[in-house]
Order: sequence, then structure tokens, then C-alpha cells
Amino acid sequence: MVSFTLNGAPVALDLPEGMPLLAALREGAGLSGPRFGCGAETCGACHVLVDGRSTPSCAMPLGAVAGRDVTTVEGLGSEAAPHPLQAAFLAEQAGQCGYCLSGILVSAAALLAANPRPDEAAVKQALDPHLCRCGSHNRIVRAVLRAASQMAGEHA
Amino acid sequence: MSDAPKPLPTSLAANPRLSRWLRFTPQGQVVVSPGKVEIGQGILTALAQIAADELDVEPARVAVRAVATPDSPDEGVTSGSLSVQNSGVALRHACAEARGIFLQVAAQSSGVALDALRVEDGEFLGPQGRVGSYWELADRDLLDCDATPGSRAKPPAARRVAGRSAPRLDLPDKVFGRPRFLHDQRPDGLLHARVIRPPARGARLLEAPASALPPGVTLARDGSFLAVLAESEHLAETAARKLEAACRWQEADTLPEEAQLAEWLRAAPDPMETIAERQDAAGDVAQHAEAGFFRPPIAHASIGPSCAVARWDGERVEIWSHTQGPYNLRMDLAKALRMAEEAILVRHVEGAGCYGHNGADDVALDAALAARAAPGRPVRMLWTRAQELGWSPFSSAMLVEVSAGLDASGGIAEFAVEVTSNGHSSRPGRGSLPTLLAAPDLADPFPQPPAINHGLQRGGGAQRNAVPIYRVPKLRVALKTVTAMPLRTSAMRGLGAPVNVWAIESVMDQLAAMAGADPLEFRLRHLDDARAAEVLRVAAEMAGWRGRARAEGVGMGMAVARYKNLGAWCAVVAEIEAAEVIRARRIWIAADMGEVVNPDGAANQLEGSAIHATSQALKEAVRFDRRNVTSDSWESYPILRFSEVPAVQVKLVERPELPPLGAGEPAFGPTVAAIANAIRDSLGVQPRVMPFTPENLATAPAV
Repeated sequence: MVSFTLNGAPVALDLPEGMPLLAALREGAGLSGPRFGCGAETCGACHVLVDGRSTPSCAMPLGAVAGRDVTTVEGLGSEAAPHPLQAAFLAEQAGQCGYCLSGILVSAAALLAANPRPDEAAVKQALDPHLCRCGSHNRIVRAVLRAASQMAGEHA
Repeated sequence: MSDAPKPLPTSLAANPRLSRWLRFTPQGQVVVSPGKVEIGQGILTALAQIAADELDVEPARVAVRAVATPDSPDEGVTSGSLSVQNSGVALRHACAEARGIFLQVAAQSSGVALDALRVEDGEFLGPQGRVGSYWELADRDLLDCDATPGSRAKPPAARRVAGRSAPRLDLPDKVFGRPRFLHDQRPDGLLHARVIRPPARGARLLEAPASALPPGVTLARDGSFLAVLAESEHLAETAARKLEAACRWQEADTLPEEAQLAEWLRAAPDPMETIAERQDAAGDVAQHAEAGFFRPPIAHASIGPSCAVARWDGERVEIWSHTQGPYNLRMDLAKALRMAEEAILVRHVEGAGCYGHNGADDVALDAALAARAAPGRPVRMLWTRAQELGWSPFSSAMLVEVSAGLDASGGIAEFAVEVTSNGHSSRPGRGSLPTLLAAPDLADPFPQPPAINHGLQRGGGAQRNAVPIYRVPKLRVALKTVTAMPLRTSAMRGLGAPVNVWAIESVMDQLAAMAGADPLEFRLRHLDDARAAEVLRVAAEMAGWRGRARAEGVGMGMAVARYKNLGAWCAVVAEIEAAEVIRARRIWIAADMGEVVNPDGAANQLEGSAIHATSQALKEAVRFDRRNVTSDSWESYPILRFSEVPAVQVKLVERPELPPLGAGEPAFGPTVAAIANAIRDSLGVQPRVMPFTPENLATAPAV
């Protein structure tokens, strides 16, 4: 049994500690946001926030998050109450197939938490571990900058 | 002009029953049922816009049903930038005719003259008010009839929805992480499966010791096809790794030397056949240019590995797949499984981005074979990253040799293009043998058919865009389709176009230099195609071509093509910076695609394809040794990253009165070519081997 906080609520998953966190989140916790892309921490599709830090979940063992705080894209917001990033991605139509977006969104959230007003270069640097094959990069960068300015406006 | 009614759009002529394309629900919904599938290109949104417009309903009322056999219209394969061109035009006609049929009934029953009726969000309104709606007549089976020729669609100026940017219908699910992909399906009783592929191409499985399997894992084997099934995904993965390590195979060298691939293509014994020729009067050749261009095989490299779910129910099997062609897949599954097509049901569910014939069809057969070991249970087969990069069909290596001559006045006198390549289609459903990956591995195997190149009238394969769009008095274009196929090849974004456009446009720059002309002026001087000239002028203006400043290490290049010589016109200007590596800084795209249904969707496709093309131009090559593909990870098959993407600007030359042409591919070839020409502009060498890495540029000649 591994206990941790998932998207703000306590969970206890009765799964082997050595199982990859990604598999535990998808099969054990029934989430679909974190996605399998490579299984080798090289594409970014499976990223989640672990104690606020964007982390690949495909190779990390479930046991490593015991007692920690895990946030997936589902935990950022919902259609009824979207995270400013999610709203900005829709406003910029930042995506095509969308398979990479869950990981990119959590990395962007971690970036904005650490650096509320990043410039374009900082956004690209933060998202560099993430691969996008459809070529939506520029829209994604614009969406992150839009969310940043919107969040700054709200807190001003 | 003839008064004969306009014939039915092709897709509608093949599937004329209107009820196959759309139906209304009493609850106030329109369900449209196209034969094209969402592969990341945004087609669902564009089709919903078209339906909303023609029916006069709010777009929110339109639901698009994913393709499923046998009820959906059979529109073949979603490919070739033809989705709006085929499905959109068919759906527009079907909706316009449906609207007319419903209004006719409303006019009869209400006594209001037909031409006094109008439709507002699905309600039928006469001078005295409301007389009915689609929803009230939904149960009357009014669409159980065949479409008839003659256009009833609204004139372009009356469209309110199509032609304006609309947000993608699929994006909210993807931004909120909701289950939308095939990968997310979790039907009751789901089993997870993994396939074990051979360590070498064509290897034969000698031994697969079941003793290597952990408890609770089922083995499925048919000849050299090998898979494992387990209740959990983690267990299936672990078991596959253990079994793979314990298997014994008979393997041999079957692949050419990677470094000799261009020579291997050149030496292949297949005939070089002329496919286009012109012998008009021309001046004597005063100056001559010659160059050969080589591109290695390229991988699809989708971010999500291929996936399928299969469930056997007695002698029937149901397949969930992200295939581009559900009916075509069904045909080849029937051949490979030696069963009737009617016993196979294929349902489309979205997968990760698709840029051509990838592993989606192959994994469907893998799933069906594995699921045979667990009758009645849905079995989800997922490829590994290594399998995705190593075993999906590749875009063929290509060799394009160009020779051209200028007359004494600096005009093009002759132009010859010779293309050597494997076929660019191994798509299922088109031949007598199944093209699916596992078919040759079965105990009762099928030989692997060679990939084919369709003729130019269908847009061609390897020879796509090999015919220059310029005025050339003496022209010869030839194609050698190499039938020996050591690496399985098939269709990928643009097919042969990226290499052919690169080769032609590179030689155009070479000729311009020989003629002492600016590349823009030289091209315009040889373009009779006004729409090509227009996009070229627009792109040049966007980029500030004429007033461009020279800077050390920075170059600018341009290219133009009409996709397939039949589709959209697109011109690209690229600006690159040459340091240790080539960096694409900015890309300007001008495109004329006729009517544009969703301008932002089209721009998204053009931007994306330009970035995809930049990645291919600068970074990508499938690597292999004598036995197998070695570029089977993101480290060994790198693609463009956020820090490397160019800024991209798009301008659409909109022509709402002209037929719509696809957006997904037209920018691809011109982008590769513009980058190559920008490299020549900055470094003074002509790139002749893709990708344009420092190693490959080191051998580029100064021309």
C-alpha cells in the first residue's frame, strides 16, 4: 500500500511499490492525463508534478511518492474551473493531436509557479524536455505567456 | 457551359444514401457521419462547420460520429490532404440536400410556400412564424434516399460558419486530460498485451520458452509472431522483457550498408521509366547544372506509440483502431486472419498525431492475433517506443538527380529529374496480399508485397512534385521504383514531395545564380501559373525578401510548389543561422488553398507541417546496421525541440469561391527546400544530403 496526495486528495494504492508511477496513476488511480510515450524519461508525455516539481512518471517507482504530493493535468483545473494555462491553451488553440499536452501543461504550471513572468526563452527552456511532433510549439509558447500575463493581471 | 447538373462529389457518389452521412435526433442534435477520421488535423471541426452552415443550425448542435464499419460511408483513407476536399464537399452536398428535403415536407404539411420558408438554428420559419423543425421530423426517415446531382449548397457569400476560425472540438478533452485517445479506453475485462518483435528483420522464432513467463501471463504465438497477455499493463511489460531475453531466433544480415544506401538505390536493377516529357522548341543550352540529392529513410516518430484493442466473440472480432482507413484495414485483417470482412468490425478511436501510414494498422493485427488467446476479453495491444520508431513503416530513402540547362538569354531551356525510391504506399486494402507487419511472421505466412508508387494522376508517390511547375521547353521526368524493400516503406507526409521540391528548388537557385538573377525574379520569370506566382510574391513580401540585409552566418532561401501539382499552392521563405549547427530562425508561409473552412485550423496545419519539415531537414535519419534499425529511441532518432523551433508566420490567400484544397502537406516540401536554399545563401554550398547536419554539409559542394 502506497499512500500519497493525488490532485489534492489523499489516496492509498494497493499496488507494488516498484511499479512505475505512470502505470499506477493510469491503472490504479484511473487517470488518463499522464500519457505513456517512451518509458525512458525522454519525451515528456508522462510528466506530473511531484511536490510541485515537473517529473517524468514513466520510470519513477510508485514507492518514491509515498507521503508526497502528486498533481496531474487533471489536478490543474477542469472545464468548469480551468487553470489559466488550460484556458490559455484553448484561447491560443495550442495543440493538434494533443498527446503531448498533459505533460507540457504541468511543466508550464511548475514554471509559472517558480517564475511568474517568464520570457519566451525561459518558456522554451522549461518545455525543452517535452517533444511535440505536430509542430504546435509556437502556439504552446504563446499560450504559456498569455497565461502568465493573465495570472499577473489577476494578482496585480 | 452545359446545363447538365453538377455530378455528385466523389465520396457521395460512392456512398449515396443520405442517411449514411447525417441524421437528426428528436433532442435537437445533428449527427454527421463522415468517412474521414481525426488524426490530429482538426477535420472533425471543419466538417462540423460545413454541416452547421448548410443546415442552418448552431455549430454546438453538430456531433461528429467517428468512423465505424459497416455503417459509416467508406471514404477509403484519410490522407493526402484530401479530407476537406473529399469529405467536406460530400458532406456539404448531403447537408444541403437534406435541408431541402426537410423544408419540402414542412412546406407541404404547413401549406407555406417553400420559398417563403427559412431555417434558424434548425427551426423552420414562415411569414406567420414557426412551422416545424428538423427535430420534429427526425423520426420520419426522410433521409433514406440517395443523393441526387445538382448543387444546392449555399453560395460562398451566404456562409456564416465555414470560412471563419472555429475552436477545435477535440481540444478541451486534451487540455483537461480527459480520456479521449484509444490508449485511454478501459472496457470491462480488459487485458494488456505486448508483442515481441524479432531482433533482426525477417528473423524466424526458434524457441519462446513459456517457463520465462511470470505467473498469470498468457502467451500467444503464431509462427514467429509472439505476444504476451496479462491482467495489468505493468505485468505485460515485465513479462515481455523477460520472454524477449529468453527467446532464440534464426537471424541473418538482410539490410544494405547504411553508408552505401544511395549507391544501393542507384544500383537497383529496376527500370527507370519516363513519366513526363515535353519537347518544345528551345534555345541552345549555354550553361548547364547537375546535382544529385539524397535523403535517408525517415520515421513517423509519433509521440504516442501505436495501440489497438481487439475482442474476439466466437468467429467475429471487433477492433478499435486509430487507423487512417477503417475499411482498408478491415480488408487486410480479413486476408491476414483468413476470414470474411463481414466478421470484422473496425471502430475508429483517436490516437496520437498521425502523419501518414504509421504502425496503426500493424498494431491492429497484432492485437487481433494476441486476443485470440483470450476469447471474449478485450485486449489492448500497445507498442513500445523502440517498436514505434523501429517497426512502423518508413518513408523511403530517395535519390533525386537533376540536370538542367539555360539558354544564352538566361532562360530555362531544359530540365530533367530522375527519381529513385522504394514505393511510398504499403497501405492496406489495395492489393491481394495483406501489407500488415505481422503477416509474413505467421505460421502460414504471407509474402510481404513491395510498396507501390501511384501514378501522377493520383498525385504520385516517390514522383510526387517531381514535375517542375516552371515553364520548361524540354522536360523529362523519370521514376525508378525499387522493388527490393529491405526496410518496409509507406506513405508519410508529402510522400516524395519534400525531396523532389528540395531538388528542383535547389537547382532553380543554382540556375538563377548562373543567370545572374535574383531567385525571386528568376522564378517569377518562369512561372505561368498565376496562383503560384501570387503565393511566391506574398511570401517574399512577408519576409522582406527584396530589401533583405546581408549578415554574416545568416541566410535566406525561398521555394514554391503546388502540392502534388494538383492541390494547394504554397511558397515558403526561410531564414537560417549557420553556427556549429544550422538553426532555422524564421519561416514565412503563403498558401492558396481555395476555400478555407477553418482559417485558424488551416494555419495550425501549415505551421505544424513547417516545423515538422524543419525537424526532418535538420535532424532526422533512420539509422540501421545489417540486421535491424538502430534508431529506436529519442536519443538515436532526435526531433526538433522547443529551443530549436523557428518562428512561423502564415498568410492565407483565400478564395472562398474556389474548391477547398488540403492544408496538412503543401508547406512541407517548400520548407525543406527553403531551408536548403537559405543554407546555400549563407554558406555558399549546396546541401545535397539530408539531414543538413555539419557532417552532411561538410561534403556539400560550393556551387
